[in-house]
Amino acid sequence: MSNKPDNSIYSKPLIFSVIALVVILIGSVITAFYPLIRADMHPKLDNLHPYTPFELAGRDIYQREGCGYCHSQNVRPLKTDVLRYGAYSQAGESAYERPFLWGSRRTGPDLARAGGKYHDNWHTLHTLNPRHFSPKSNMPAYPWLENALLSPAAVEANVKAYGYINYSPADIQFLEGKTELAALTAYIQSLGRGVKKEGFGYRVGTVEDYKNFLAKGVRGTVDQGQGIYTNECAGCHGVDGKGSAQGKLSEGISTMNLKDAREMGYEAADMYVQIFNGLEQLMPPYGNVLSSEQIDSLILYIETLERR
Amino acid sequence: MNDTLYNNRTVEGFLLSSLVWGVFGIVFGLLISVQLWEPAFNFGPFLSYGRLRTLHISILAYGLGLGVIFGLFYFMLVRLTKRGLVFPRLARFHLWLWNIGVVVAGASLFLGFTQSLEYAEFEWPVDIVVVIIWVIFAVNIFASVFLREEKQMYVSLWYMLASVLAVAVLYLVNNIAIPAGLTKSYHIFSGINSANMEWWYGHNIVGFLLTTPILAMFYYFLPVSTKLPIYSHRLSIVAFWALVFTYLWTGAHHLVYTPLPDWIQTLGIVFSLILIAPSWGSVINGFFTIESDWSKLQENYLTKFFLAAITFYGLQTIQGPGQSVRVISGLVHYTDWVIGHVHMGTMGWVTMTATACMYYVFPKIYNTEIFSVKLANSHFWLVFIGQLMYSFTMWIAGIQQSVMLKQLNSDGTLANTFMDTLVAIYPFWILRTVAGLIFTVGMVIFILNIVLTIVKGRSLSQSRA
Ligand code: HEC
Ligand code: HEC
Ligand code: HEM
Ligand code: HEM
Repeated sequence: MSNKPDNSIYSKPLIFSVIALVVILIGSVITAFYPLIRADMHPKLDNLHPYTPFELAGRDIYQREGCGYCHSQNVRPLKTDVLRYGAYSQAGESAYERPFLWGSRRTGPDLARAGGKYHDNWHTLHTLNPRHFSPKSNMPAYPWLENALLSPAAVEANVKAYGYINYSPADIQFLEGKTELAALTAYIQSLGRGVKKEGFGYRVGTVEDYKNFLAKGVRGTVDQGQGIYTNECAGCHGVDGKGSAQGKLSEGISTMNLKDAREMGYEAADMYVQIFNGLEQLMPPYGNVLSSEQIDSLILYIETLERR
Repeated sequence: MNDTLYNNRTVEGFLLSSLVWGVFGIVFGLLISVQLWEPAFNFGPFLSYGRLRTLHISILAYGLGLGVIFGLFYFMLVRLTKRGLVFPRLARFHLWLWNIGVVVAGASLFLGFTQSLEYAEFEWPVDIVVVIIWVIFAVNIFASVFLREEKQMYVSLWYMLASVLAVAVLYLVNNIAIPAGLTKSYHIFSGINSANMEWWYGHNIVGFLLTTPILAMFYYFLPVSTKLPIYSHRLSIVAFWALVFTYLWTGAHHLVYTPLPDWIQTLGIVFSLILIAPSWGSVINGFFTIESDWSKLQENYLTKFFLAAITFYGLQTIQGPGQSVRVISGLVHYTDWVIGHVHMGTMGWVTMTATACMYYVFPKIYNTEIFSVKLANSHFWLVFIGQLMYSFTMWIAGIQQSVMLKQLNSDGTLANTFMDTLVAIYPFWILRTVAGLIFTVGMVIFILNIVLTIVKGRSLSQSRA
């Protein structure tokens, strides 16, 4: 089928294969192998710590359940990524990641900054039934994690293979009787902890901001507020504002009952500040996700709850 | 038929098993597509989305894809070298080991044993089996090529040799891991090196499993089934060398806007753009081959399969480089857009070519005609429409979600919560399931047509005997 002279490399398979292999290797060596020995490929943030054995066990479960096919762990240096998720990812954050879990698909939100965003109990409830907080979420429920116990011996073997981790026998003993769910939560809470929370993209809402907004004379609407409330807030505060998950979520917190908020002395401006900034570990900040007008709508809607 | 020369039974074994695996893979594809809009379809740990998605991909790549490659490569090999396989028994063993391998690998993914590296999920015991299978395959290919009767190696053989070599390098390097037990290991590379190595692997394993072997098939089966000679031999040469050189530089286009150093990202992007040329070398070769006699499109039902396939390949290799560019990546990365890209490649280019080749191969093996050209035509249109609908819904969904995620209010805050954007694409996901069903009906018709051809062929050979 060819018209080439007979003695070309196309009639010498050995030479052909060697040349093909070399050609294949050039790009591989330059873009993939050579970087292995470059210093700029091994950065580490100063305040980055390896996982604890407990967290690593959670990471293993994250791998096993394929969470990473829906969740990326890489905030891109793009304005809206930073507004939505937080400070963009740095090379030095991943020093102890093996394998990397940056992901390639965001069916769900990025998790690189998920640590500390919610309370442990939120994760427990969410992992067992994501629809509890976001009625339209498509994240699968993971009920089997609730009763499955970690095997300390297996975790220890994993820790040894993983490397990086200095652990004591107490760390391993600690795993006794712990559930997979608890380990997974510990892992999620560790995400992004090497990175400072403040900085680019984080704004703090103040009472002044709300006054300035009101001064413009445009108000939100109760309807808009109800829509946002149902999707974003009802999971924690209950459809009626009486709190739904309070037993589990608000340990040590006096109340999540929005109906009582006014009695406790919350003014509209305080609510604005609260909704804008959230509460570390308890309530996510909405300042970057909602406009002042939308927050105002929420306040107006919450006020109708109070009257019911 | 002359089985000692052509090893038809082995070829057939590979192709039929690949169809069985294909059915599994497609059913899983349908199931995960439903799970995305109806989470109640997650049934317990083994059938939950995170595990099934990997199964869908791995079974289709390493079951359907590899089976087709093994079967059709052996088919082409004996014809291009003009001699029977040097180790026919080894090829038989290859068939069995590979099937067992798919079962074990599939079971391990159900159980959640995974390295979490896309396209390299299998844990190390399975990797060892994969390596053995690949060595057997390579031995057979190289032995036949070295001891061939036809002096000249045809283009398809170049692509076959390159694929065998490249996959070996890729698989061996990226799968080096530190074992923690039989079912768990950790990537030897860490941090950004882990990412860089994985996507050097990931991009190229797709390239050397779903592109170069398919090109090998295309260059062989297009001329033999249409009786049209390949348009330009010189173009084949240039396109081949440029492709295998350029491909390996481009993995970093999967890591645009990550902490990977910019110079690697930029190399990946630039070489992706360069890659258009060699890819289109083959596209042009294909077009002009068919163009040399358009009447073949009417006369021979297979021509349109090849024409559609190479067109999708052409679109794919324009779209892919586009996606590599930073601004476009910033828009489409992480979204359904890429899923549309993936399935145009896998359904439009790979599956289309593979099924066309099988339409040629089975009648050849049984020395008969295809059972029904009509069925083949309906298969073509269903797969064609299903695939287009799949890709278009995903492209729209991807852009829609991306734009919503980027929308800002006048005061600089984000206009939509993540859930807002998710809810907005549910309708597209439902349409995708419909598209998948249309595609599936097409594939079922194809399988039926093949099975009936075999039945016909067997009864014919009995009556002949
Ligand atoms: C089918 C895709 C999918 C899978 C698989 C999945 N998730 Fe999610 N996840 C989502 C979606 C969508 C959301 C947003 C809605 C919600 O909160 O449920 C989400 C939200 C989250 C959040 C809250 C993020 C935030 O900032 O509000 C966490 C934490 C989370 N998922 C963890 C996990 C873990 C852990 C797993 C694996 C056990 C997992 N997800 C598997 C889709 C998925
Ligand atoms: C992850 C659970 C969670 C979500 C989601 C959440 N909150 Fe909260 N919220 C809390 C907790 C916990 C508190 C603190 C209660 C306390 O301090 O007693 C709180 C406090 C408040 C307060 C202060 C009044 C009070 O009772 O302390 C307001 C107002 C409020 N939330 C509004 C909202 C709005 C509006 C949304 C939706 C945009 C929302 N929250 C979403 C958990 C949540
Ligand atoms: C009925 C037909 C099919 C359906 C319904 C289907 C469905 C899906 C779904 C829902 C996903 C996950 C998308 C996401 O992450 O959002 C996916 C991913 C994938 N599918 Fe399919 N699929 C089908 C056919 C195929 C075929 C025939 C192949 C290959 C031969 C294939 C290869 C892949 C690959 C490689 C991915 C991974 C994409 C990525 O990681 O970006 N699919 N498919
Ligand atoms: C010139 C050729 C091509 C180039 C430059 C290219 C480029 C790309 C890029 C940049 C992505 C990543 C998109 C993102 O995540 O942002 C991608 C994904 C993908 N492409 Fe292509 N593409 C090409 C051809 C093909 C072909 C022919 C196939 C055949 C099947 C294919 C299959 C895939 C798959 C499966 C993915 C998904 C990877 C993943 O995230 O899991 N590509 N491609």
